[in-house]
Amino acid sequence: MSDNCLVKEETYPARFLSKLTMGMSMSEYARKLVTPFNVVAVIILSVGLPLIGLRFYSGLATVTHASNEYPWSILLGWGLFSGVPLSGTGYVMATAVYIFGFRKYHPLVRLGVLTGFMGYLFAVIYLLIDIGRPWRIYYPMAVSFGPTSVLFLVAWHVSTYLTVQLLEFSPAILEWINARRTRKWAILITVGMTIGGVILSTLHQSALGALFLMAPGKLHPLWYSPFIPVFFFISSIYAGLCMVIVVSTVASRFLKEKADDQFLGSLDGLTVGLGKAACVVMFVYFALRMVGVAHDDNWSLLLSSSYGYWFLTEILLFVLLPCIVLTVGFKRNSATLVRVGAFHAIAGVILTRLNISILMFNWNLPGHFHAIVPPIREVFIVLSIITLHILIFRWILNRMPVMREDPAYADDPH
Amino acid sequence: MDKPVKDAGGGSKRGEGKDGKFTVNRRDFLRGVAVVGGAAFLGSPADALASRELTGWPDRVGMLTDLTECVGCRTCESACNAANGLPAPEVPFDEKSVFERKRRPTASAYTVVNRYGNAKGSGNPIYRKVQCNHCEEPSCASACPVRAYTKTPEGPVLYDKDVCFGCRYCMVACPYYAPAYDYESALEPRVVKCTMCHGRIKAGGIPACAGSCPVGAITFGNRTKLLKIARERIRKFPDRYVDQVYGEFEAGGTSWMYLSGIPFGELDFPTNLPRKPIVENTRGFLSAVPLVLTLWPALLGLCYTANRNKEEKG
Ligand code: SF4
Ligand code: SF4
Repeated sequence: MSDNCLVKEETYPARFLSKLTMGMSMSEYARKLVTPFNVVAVIILSVGLPLIGLRFYSGLATVTHASNEYPWSILLGWGLFSGVPLSGTGYVMATAVYIFGFRKYHPLVRLGVLTGFMGYLFAVIYLLIDIGRPWRIYYPMAVSFGPTSVLFLVAWHVSTYLTVQLLEFSPAILEWINARRTRKWAILITVGMTIGGVILSTLHQSALGALFLMAPGKLHPLWYSPFIPVFFFISSIYAGLCMVIVVSTVASRFLKEKADDQFLGSLDGLTVGLGKAACVVMFVYFALRMVGVAHDDNWSLLLSSSYGYWFLTEILLFVLLPCIVLTVGFKRNSATLVRVGAFHAIAGVILTRLNISILMFNWNLPGHFHAIVPPIREVFIVLSIITLHILIFRWILNRMPVMREDPAYADDPH
Repeated sequence: MDKPVKDAGGGSKRGEGKDGKFTVNRRDFLRGVAVVGGAAFLGSPADALASRELTGWPDRVGMLTDLTECVGCRTCESACNAANGLPAPEVPFDEKSVFERKRRPTASAYTVVNRYGNAKGSGNPIYRKVQCNHCEEPSCASACPVRAYTKTPEGPVLYDKDVCFGCRYCMVACPYYAPAYDYESALEPRVVKCTMCHGRIKAGGIPACAGSCPVGAITFGNRTKLLKIARERIRKFPDRYVDQVYGEFEAGGTSWMYLSGIPFGELDFPTNLPRKPIVENTRGFLSAVPLVLTLWPALLGLCYTANRNKEEKG
């Protein structure tokens, strides 16, 4: 950051280049890129990207096990159904800070919004690989409307919310490229965008659950519930809170020099606070899931089959247990324990979403367990998209003021 | 503006008549707002979201398949293949070996016949023809975000490949696992399913499979009349049939209906389907959408104002 003054004297393209290479010379930058992580990333990508190409050359059948009985494979089970709740980070942080006025969480807002934006962006990327004619992805918005469809809502909300989040994050981009005047406008619309974002999130987070209301005979009765939209919505709140903990933990560890003292200094305290909020929501969620079992009087299913045991595993080991860890963590004021609980809770959210979209879907078809094991090619596609996700995320964190305040804008409102 | 809210809040303390009036007004108002909000956002007529009773479609046609008569000759499969110009099958239509495993409709076969053992013990196997059942209130159609499906006034449910973008939600939603997908096609995949030979019906003809069946196991006609025929057969031969017309009520009823000698569950028919159309399950959710769209901004806005003021003072 010390070479700021040198940069100012150079021409515009040179200045931009130096922004991209973070002030290093080209060769210096290239040398810095050779790290063990990057080497592994390149290996994964060199296998995965050609496989994505193969999908567009010879069809989904060559890379996935998606079939006529199981139309949705891990591309969506992971990319959409798990990815979207984990991207609840943006709306929970923006709501807490801008709507409820918890200003002390402000250092985490940008990280939350960026995590959310990237999560949605990549959910759309998974979708583009999975759907049959990706260039028609805007059809529900512009060509033919199916308003009785829950997926129609999801399409609308995810696309508008993606835009909303880009606008919410735009101040960071504008600061990076030094567009002071545009940034002022961007800041002005923050509250409006936040309110819009909360509405859209409420609706599409729950709509992802409501999609399965159309498959009553196919989803195991312990997971099928008329409350499924509520379950999805409530769990997205704590998923978002825990994901902020997880992302800030990882980012502050590996990109410490990109965070300012305010961020690093307040992080432990804020983590405990987020953990407290998350465990309250998780208790509510746990109670609601129990109400769900009671509502359909499914108690007898719990102990009568392996499905019942699996349900208990999910609900006790992946909802109640992390919830207890979080509670103990915040009671003892231990950021470490809260972090452990947050990782655990996230694993639980992913497990629930995979259970509903894949593992317990078509549970009563013969050969069910054989049908749901993903082929290695599809696993590599998913791995390479995850890798890209991390690389781009890191690229942005390295350059833009996300975990730090740009000193040039410290006095401006934000 | 304040008064009605207060009245509704302190409900029981006030005069009953007056109170009731306020509540109703408020509810009507909310409903109005909800409908407008929803319609504006979704660009749809409000009645698309309003719930309504399924009254039945007296004029629609249907197909009655009598599984006690089917002999498993696969003539219907071959007639369907010819009528729709589908690719030649891997195993010829007179080959019995296909019965060794259960098949399902695929991108190149709109209908297939499967063989089941006869639990009644009479020795003869039972054959079941599988295809899209052409639901009265089709799940596939209400699930499709681009309205690629139409339930025609005649009865068949048709698919339009020109708007489909291949999300496959229709396949998730169909309770009968009917639609198949062109997974082999890289760029032009379609959803494929039986059309009930809509073109032939419109021209006054009958579907190819029904016309080809050498033993008359498939009857085509007015759905209401077919139901009468089915009931009559069950009444006349109570030993021959189980007392159920599959498709009469399942998931709101289907154009395709079945009679069987053994319980339908033993023939892989889904037996856990609700009687009402499956789309009913999402109506509550969809009608809550306009409510969220209108109430949330107000609530969140209030919250913001309150907290902003607090902050300025503190
Ligand atoms: S059987 Fe399936 S594909 Fe056919 S109309 Fe019904 S829901 Fe649609
Ligand atoms: S796959 Fe096509 S027809 Fe089926 S729901 Fe999606 S867009 Fe509609």
